[in-house]
Amino acid sequence: MAHTQQEVLAGLAELVNDETGIAAEAVQMEKSFTDDLDIDSISMMTIVVNAEDKFSVKIPDEEVKNLITVGDAVSYITANQD
Amino acid sequence: MKQLQESIPVAHTRIYALGAARGNQVVTNDDIAGPIDSSDEWIKQRTGVATRTRAAEDQSLMDLAVEASKEAIAKSGVDPNEIGAVILATISFPYQTPSGASLLSELVGAHDAAAYDISAACAGYCYGIAQADALVRSGLCKYVLVVGAEKLSDFISPTDRTISFLLGDGAGAAIVGASDHPGISKTIWGADGSSWDKVGMTGSILDFRDGKTPWPTLTQEGQTVFRWAVWEMSKVAKEALDAAGIEASDLSALVMHQANLRIIDEFAKQMKLPDSVVIAKDIVETGNTSAASVPLAMHRILEEKKVASGGYALQIGFGAGLTFAAQVVELP
Repeated sequence: MAHTQQEVLAGLAELVNDETGIAAEAVQMEKSFTDDLDIDSISMMTIVVNAEDKFSVKIPDEEVKNLITVGDAVSYITANQD
Repeated sequence: MKQLQESIPVAHTRIYALGAARGNQVVTNDDIAGPIDSSDEWIKQRTGVATRTRAAEDQSLMDLAVEASKEAIAKSGVDPNEIGAVILATISFPYQTPSGASLLSELVGAHDAAAYDISAACAGYCYGIAQADALVRSGLCKYVLVVGAEKLSDFISPTDRTISFLLGDGAGAAIVGASDHPGISKTIWGADGSSWDKVGMTGSILDFRDGKTPWPTLTQEGQTVFRWAVWEMSKVAKEALDAAGIEASDLSALVMHQANLRIIDEFAKQMKLPDSVVIAKDIVETGNTSAASVPLAMHRILEEKKVASGGYALQIGFGAGLTFAAQVVELP
């Protein structure tokens, strides 16, 4: 079943928290993964792989570099769910 | 018509002994942080590397290979004249031809042994163990010397933020021979040529000759390699355990290619290893030494008595190609 944007945001925040310890409330749509949340490339990839499992979505490597903000990731996942 | 004679196979093989040699200079994070606009803290946090051992100008790749090989030969008790093949896994021997293995065989007294290099990058040593196992079991060789040796510091850029700052120099060697019980399991190996360009050199030596590129150095697409190294390679490792007919709980150690501590930690998580399994982390002090990293890491946990001879270790190498090889071995 497809997840809503709100559900994807909440789920993504959980994954970010699991990987980095950043409070889930800090993971907001306009935040940049790198500049605001200080998430490095390896943690980002771990979050991406875990998001693929959680939301039944494929996020190719070449797409990961386009996911600048949390909102970018939420939009991509919402639009590409199985 | 007379029937041809064939070599007479033996039932089993094992690694008799290991040898190790590391670069003669300890390079700290502070030593290299400037040109990549980084810091000791950043490098430790991102990669787990505290120091890397690099060879000074007066220490060649062959010096490292000979030192490691002589230790392995001495500890094994094997007469070097009885070594049937010398296999050198390397990506940094500075001659296109002849092979480094040919010179190495002469320098360690393995006269008349077959000798050849293999280019399988960070999987090279585990490829070599697969070949040694096959060569001994087929009866073609009594003993095989397998060496992973690198002087990667000849192929790094001080300003490269993708891989150069992780790299070290070293050599690890193993003597493989016949055994009365299985000591090397079936190897799971392969290569994914569709990702040929994900880890490698910044240019070819022809481009360098023609002035089209600076001196070629190592580079990688870190995120792509990380995903492959953890999630694809942990599948390969599980296949290797299945092929060996054992469970993760039967292992004494996990000895992975020492690429990055974050890869090792995430990989171990994916493998769901019990706490009893020792995870080799030589990368913290030695850095990433490509083909040498697996034997160096195994040698260290044996020397530090973190594991005992006779236990099982899952060893897996993976890297440029993208190549990979995994097998379970009995610790020498």
